Amino acid sequence: MHIIRSATWLAPLVRKLVVEAPRVAARHQPGHFVIVRGTRDGERIPLTIADSDAESGTITLVIQMAGATTERLCALCAGDSLVDVAGPLGRPTEIEAFGHVVLVGGGVGTAVIYPQAGALKALGNRVTGVIGGRSRPYVILEEELGKICDAVHPCTDDGSHGFHGFVTQRLAQLLDAEPPVDAVITAGPVLMMKAVAEVTRGRGIRTIASLNPVMVDGTGMCGGCRVTVGGEQKFACVDGPEFDAHLVSFDELQDRLGAYRTHELRARERLALDPEHKCRLERARVEIESEPRRAS
Amino acid sequence: MAKVLKASERMKIPRVAMAEQPASERARCFMEVNRGLASEQAVLEATRCLQCKQPDCIDGCPVGVDIPGFVRAVAEGDLPRAADILYAANVLPGITGRVCPQETQCEVRCILGKKHQPLAVGYLERFVADWAREHRNEVVERAQPTGRRVAVVGSGPAGLTCAGELARRGHEVTVFEALHRPGGVLVYGIPEFRLPKVIVDMEVAKLMELGVRVECNVVVGQTHTIQQLMGDEGYHAVFIANGAGLPRFQGIPGENLKGVYSANEYLTRVNLMGAYQGEDAATPVLRGRGVVVVGGGNTAMDAVRTGRRLGADPATLVYRRSEAEMPARVEEVHHAREEGIVFRMLTNPVEVLGDEKGWVRAVRCQQMGLGEPDASGRRSPVPIPGSEFEIDCQVFVEAVGTRANPLLTQSTPELKLDRWGQIKVDERGMTNLPGVFAGGDIVRGGATVILAMGDGKRAASAIHDWFGCASGG
Ligand SMILES: Cc1cc2nc3c(=O)[nH]c(=O)nc-3n(C[C@H](O)[C@H](O)[C@H](O)COP(=O)(O)OP(=O)(O)OC[C@H]3O[C@@H](n4cnc5c(N)ncnc54)[C@H](O)[C@@H]3O)c2cc1C
Ligand code: SF4
Ligand code: FES
Repeated sequence: MHIIRSATWLAPLVRKLVVEAPRVAARHQPGHFVIVRGTRDGERIPLTIADSDAESGTITLVIQMAGATTERLCALCAGDSLVDVAGPLGRPTEIEAFGHVVLVGGGVGTAVIYPQAGALKALGNRVTGVIGGRSRPYVILEEELGKICDAVHPCTDDGSHGFHGFVTQRLAQLLDAEPPVDAVITAGPVLMMKAVAEVTRGRGIRTIASLNPVMVDGTGMCGGCRVTVGGEQKFACVDGPEFDAHLVSFDELQDRLGAYRTHELRARERLALDPEHKCRLERARVEIESEPRRAS
Repeated sequence: MAKVLKASERMKIPRVAMAEQPASERARCFMEVNRGLASEQAVLEATRCLQCKQPDCIDGCPVGVDIPGFVRAVAEGDLPRAADILYAANVLPGITGRVCPQETQCEVRCILGKKHQPLAVGYLERFVADWAREHRNEVVERAQPTGRRVAVVGSGPAGLTCAGELARRGHEVTVFEALHRPGGVLVYGIPEFRLPKVIVDMEVAKLMELGVRVECNVVVGQTHTIQQLMGDEGYHAVFIANGAGLPRFQGIPGENLKGVYSANEYLTRVNLMGAYQGEDAATPVLRGRGVVVVGGGNTAMDAVRTGRRLGADPATLVYRRSEAEMPARVEEVHHAREEGIVFRMLTNPVEVLGDEKGWVRAVRCQQMGLGEPDASGRRSPVPIPGSEFEIDCQVFVEAVGTRANPLLTQSTPELKLDRWGQIKVDERGMTNLPGVFAGGDIVRGGATVILAMGDGKRAASAIHDWFGCASGG
């Protein structure tokens, strides 16, 4: 059992859980993820470790409400618990002295780049963050990144906050400006990462993407997380999850992510009829009002 | 004791037939196919044993079960004694009685088989184990603690056996399992209809009574390294039994279409994650009218029979060699046929075909002929030109073997591996690192439950001896 120490909303459908997992916390490096099961009959899903504190033995998970499983997790509150947390899994990010690194995060992808920012900064890199969301409340971790990065550029699709437009447009501007950019690391929706790769490809800038395929075990046993990188088959859970963005077959990844869409829809419809879940979600939602908004 | 029969009389008794769930019913559900023997059946079968003075069957058993000994006890109706004899050599008989390839191990050597049918060793083993599980619940006595601590990596048959044997000798054992449930292939791979999971759970519970601790969700190599286990974590020895590892894919076009699975993923979704319980299970699995599985081993057989149970009609097995060469247990092949599995032998998939939305719609296959015998004496299959054809399907499952999982070995670069990435061990089961032992599929490549158990048992003795040396010297 992994007790949830705190649960807060980072954005309307994005929940941050601080969870007891001392062993994972002790070994966590940026880029690592965990496999989580909320309940005994639940699904195993991968979640990036957004932060950790070895001393208090906790890790931070940032969860986007997307399907039935994540919706259940988002309904959890402080004092509730997760039955299984396995990890840390995956290879850590290769943190190097790149020079100037731009981190591009979209939606909950920002939680992936957040620990990388700290590690990159510690190695003396100049770190710029470009983080995006649909509108102002959907831009997460801006304040936290602001404390680490040399500059943070929030972007919103509707212009309600920061740059009006996509993160890729802002990135392109940065690439054309001073100081020159040596590397780009990106995490977020597949189509966004694909677009980032296109922006940097012509300019020959090293670009790393953190992939998010469907996973089951997270230990290399099932092959469900396979992705094609440079024409080769890779298992994201053991060979990744980070790969050279210029070699990743993003279209295939996007397509494979849709394999269970009808199951997902059905599962969410069923969940909507579950009175117990409704009650939990209400309880979790109430906190929005009682808590100061962080992203604004 | 029943009246003593002469050998000629014994040989007149036909081999017992296992009661089975009817094929038409079982092709739709996941209940165990074999129902087990009734007491009278077991006793009668046991009386068929000729009680050879120099029994060959024992040598065929990788863990050396005293087969005539326990069978005699069954014939005499003394099930407690039968169980004692059985458990002395084999800590998981309820499992091996169900999944051992008896036809190539113990039963193949049975003298009765020369002229008649061999003794049904596996059925009797299962009978005794099931009896013991249901009727015996004496408190197990824990051995005097030795103060020695052993970490076991992986809770498959190798790890569980080693843990049990060490605990019996008073060592403090912790089993670390990467998944959320112990059992290895026994829980994620082998389906419910062949090995009910309650049996595995009860075996694990028994080990825990012996004092074994099981910690799930610990991925050694990631959560802890071997060095940490032997260092800060204070273990005196480690047994690595992390299994076969990564599934292989054939490398044919179309393998990343939606609807293509490795057998490991397909079976894990259905077994470990419970997708067999219905379409409302939290973990989904794609179902199709047509399911095609490629491979010829137990894994392939389990996958295709699972596909059938999830509603496929037809569920087709394709294999590039002929049926005689299939490594699967004969009983499974026989059961699969009864359940309506379509067998297409000497057939090799060359491409998975998809529709415009990226879903599998068919597999293109090639007919194979048998060529000249190769070095191993087997006639290797060769493609017949112009023989390609398509099989319609929505789900395509590959059960074509595994390669070593690099997770643990990468984090322990000092560990000596062979050229396939499998861990090298000496005759005791020790790796090149002192105090670090290994066994099961990570050493052998994909093998069998009983060979993995044999490795676990041998390593337990070796670890015990090693402790003796270490403390004495
Ligand atoms: C579908 C299928 C059907 C089979 N049918 C039969 C049969 O009928 N008869 C037969 O004799 N054999 C059968 N086999 C083969 C048999 O199951 C294996 O040979 C046997 O299970 C190997 O045992 P093991 O203990 O070495 O490994 P496994 O059973 O594979 O167990 C290894 C365990 O280690 C865990 N692990 C892996 N890495 C780590 C890590 N880094 N840290 C912690 N834990 C880790 C895994 O999660 C797993 O639980 C079958 C195999 C499959 C896949
Ligand atoms: S353990 Fe397997 S090989 Fe040995 S006697 Fe039992 S069934 Fe036969
Ligand atoms: S999630 Fe199963 S192999 Fe990566």
